[in-house]
Amino acid sequence: MTAIQDTAPHTDHAHDDHHHDHPSWLAHHFDDAEQQYDSGKLGMWLFLVTEVLFFSGMFCAYALYRNRNPEVFEFCSAFLNEKLGAINTGVLLFSSLTMAWAVRASQLRQHTLLVGMLAATLACAAMFLGVKAVEYSHKWELGLLPGKFYVAQLGGHHGDPKGYLETLCVVPMILTVLSALYYVYSWVVNSTFHKQVAGPLLVTGLCFFVGVFLGQTLEAEAADSHGGEHAEHHMVQGHVDHASHDHAAAEHTEHPADGAAAMPVVVASAGEDVKVMKEQLATPDADVNQKSMAGLFFSIYYCMTGVHAIHILGGMAVITWLIVKAARHEFHEQYFGPVDNVGLYWHLVDFIWIYLFPLLYLIT
Amino acid sequence: MSVVDRPIVSTETAGADSYPEHHFLNHTKGVLSWALTLDHKRIGLMYLVGVMASFALGGMFALMIRIHLWNFQDGWLDNKTYNQVFTLHGAIMVFLFIIPSIPAALGNFFLPIMLGTKDVAFPRLNLSSFYLWVTGLILFLTALSVTGLDTGWTFYTPYSIETQKGGAVLAATFGVFVLGFSSIFTGLNFIVTINTMRPPGMTWFRMPLFLWATYATSIIQVLATPVLGITVLLLSAERLLGIGIFDPKLNGDPVTFQHFFWFYSHPAVYIMILPAMGIISELMSVHCHKGIFGYRMIAYSSIAIALFGFLVWGHHMFTSGMADVTTVVFSALTFTVSIPSAIKVFNWLGTMYQGTVSLNTPMLYALAFIFLFTIGGLTGLPLGALSTDMHFHDTYFVVAHFHYVMMGGTLVAFLGGVFHWWPKMTGRMFNDKLGMVSAIIVFIGFNLTFLPQFVLGTRGMPRRYATYLEEFQDLHRLSTVGSLILGFGLVTALVVLLQSLVNGKKAPRNPWGGATLEWMCSSPPPHDNFSSAPTVGDPYDFSKIEYDGRVGGYVRKD
Repeated sequence: MTAIQDTAPHTDHAHDDHHHDHPSWLAHHFDDAEQQYDSGKLGMWLFLVTEVLFFSGMFCAYALYRNRNPEVFEFCSAFLNEKLGAINTGVLLFSSLTMAWAVRASQLRQHTLLVGMLAATLACAAMFLGVKAVEYSHKWELGLLPGKFYVAQLGGHHGDPKGYLETLCVVPMILTVLSALYYVYSWVVNSTFHKQVAGPLLVTGLCFFVGVFLGQTLEAEAADSHGGEHAEHHMVQGHVDHASHDHAAAEHTEHPADGAAAMPVVVASAGEDVKVMKEQLATPDADVNQKSMAGLFFSIYYCMTGVHAIHILGGMAVITWLIVKAARHEFHEQYFGPVDNVGLYWHLVDFIWIYLFPLLYLIT
Repeated sequence: MSVVDRPIVSTETAGADSYPEHHFLNHTKGVLSWALTLDHKRIGLMYLVGVMASFALGGMFALMIRIHLWNFQDGWLDNKTYNQVFTLHGAIMVFLFIIPSIPAALGNFFLPIMLGTKDVAFPRLNLSSFYLWVTGLILFLTALSVTGLDTGWTFYTPYSIETQKGGAVLAATFGVFVLGFSSIFTGLNFIVTINTMRPPGMTWFRMPLFLWATYATSIIQVLATPVLGITVLLLSAERLLGIGIFDPKLNGDPVTFQHFFWFYSHPAVYIMILPAMGIISELMSVHCHKGIFGYRMIAYSSIAIALFGFLVWGHHMFTSGMADVTTVVFSALTFTVSIPSAIKVFNWLGTMYQGTVSLNTPMLYALAFIFLFTIGGLTGLPLGALSTDMHFHDTYFVVAHFHYVMMGGTLVAFLGGVFHWWPKMTGRMFNDKLGMVSAIIVFIGFNLTFLPQFVLGTRGMPRRYATYLEEFQDLHRLSTVGSLILGFGLVTALVVLLQSLVNGKKAPRNPWGGATLEWMCSSPPPHDNFSSAPTVGDPYDFSKIEYDGRVGGYVRKD
């Protein structure tokens, strides 16, 4: 991520042996474009190594507690909506494609295409966060909080919103409105540069809400199709309804694909898998459904996805910076290191999600 | 100006050695020109001032501890304050002083010059490292002023989760997190600089050994520090959100915290000692005026220490509860680290053999290093052995051992390096006689402080106790007297350095007769270090370096 150095006065003395007249994009202490590019690239790879190690601490924690309490992970994984996870995986994979395309465009001086590709990447990131906001707020409403804040009784009915989602949407809403104003301004002054920056920002802001809408639709659908309210009602009691459990098990043998509605503990997630899993569980739910069990799973879930989401936000910041530079037509075949390196970072963020998705959502 | 722009490696004349009119210190003026500088030399100097101030602060806490322990009970601090004082002493010394001391201060200043480049690869990242360090300092001072960080510098759970001093723990762990990134960015910068910016002729095996050591250090900084980052982040989450991963009440595992913590903090020991070893390699060779003995072995042993260092963290936890097999494996691996360390010591001794030893201040510090580091290293063996460690664990034996390595090793080498490169950094010669006196006082004071602690430890005096049995009082008093002498010696060293700024005589380019590139620059170096890529030769070939009385220093005769 080598940025352009301001050419300070000291570099101006003319030396006989100074063959390189340093262009503005070449930092004064580098000899040539290749050295600058190689340095930036190596620096980014080393940074990615530190990122992997940074996440490795949490992956270790995951491995430890899953090894110690596999039943907790199987139980709690059912509370994660794999459809939303899958959509987010797809969104991030697509954004990796547009990011890689952006690198290509920057090398070929295709400035408009470059801005478009970066905008698509940024919009995907926002959509990812929109879906994530729905997932988080939904869990908070159910009391699925980390560690000591975990509410053992899955509080309240599904239709009992506490305004978490609205809270999460405040900042994106403000940013979207500001982007819209900026976009209007860019048309008022009729500046191509401003239009190329404001357009992507506005699309990004809107895509966040597309994500929110998508997330809510699917979350509601999942809840409906699995008789969520009924299931939650049982969970509130905090124990397994043995009668209906037996009933469900009996049904399972007859109609393997259609027994979800009768499941006592299913909350808004895939039916039959959970049911099979529940039958395999040796421990009663009351043991799993407590701060030191399920709570710990959600601690790990929030730490891993939360740190990942912070990395998405960081990525969005640097991609915005790239859009500004791209709108200024700063990149060309000798200077595309920043796009390339941000791309590498973005692929890593994508890559980590590709591990998080199956490890958290697809356990059962 | 002709001095600055002269090609670096050429036949020197007497005139070329005069104090340059234009150099990095007066290149630009004003506070902002320092605060926003991208020049690695200025950043290095700012770090130098910063780490020295931190050291003074940590040192005051150390003296407070020693004075408190004068009597076996009823010391002048109450027990809780005592806990806070030793915590702050440890945390400040480790995170604010030792880890950044040599790499960030001396490394920043000399790595690009010794390599023959204009700057590090990422000058802005370098400056941001410095400001991250400053932020960490502020957070630590916050933890200090809201008083109460009392967990020990290791932040062991569950105590760090349960202590009432929650705000202090949060501030300090966040400080550690920020300081970690400062350290990572410095290491990353150095690795990239060494890999991609070596000028023509500077092959890997023509690099001065200080650079090899810094390179090995940087590898550890980049690979180990992120794990500390996530560990303290999880600890903060533990306090803020009660995530329970390290909390036994929530089915979490405090030993996991220890594993995570030592996975960083053991390699961090080598972040502290490796650059010191690099300095000693330079000092030995230059002040013996003899090529370094076993160059390649010293270079490889630096890398070996960096790699082995990752495999031995468990030896901090022999008594914490691990499987028997694990402890045996960790113990065995611990002994392997002694091999590359011993290789270095023998090679330094081999360098001195039949060398022309100039007994001056840097050399005295280097000799003190070898003596103290050897004791520190050898007393590590009984701590690495399972049977003895069971008894020595958490006693003063451990305290004495790591002070011999950290302070007797790193600090003494740091001082040696500061004296060695002081003329280059500031352009002023210090009073060598007084400098030697400071080295001798430091050496005597140090041994008087910590040798009794070995004895205390073997007799069963536990560490971190505010009161103790009366039978230990004599040894404790000996140690306290030693610490005051040590403090006096360090103040003497500082006075010698500061006095040189006031009325020291101007330094020649090459006062000691070094052959590495930094001695080819003027003292202090010009802003760009080298106006053209320097010609690189063997960094330890002293055959062409001769003393020239006219310039009061050494010149190269080609």
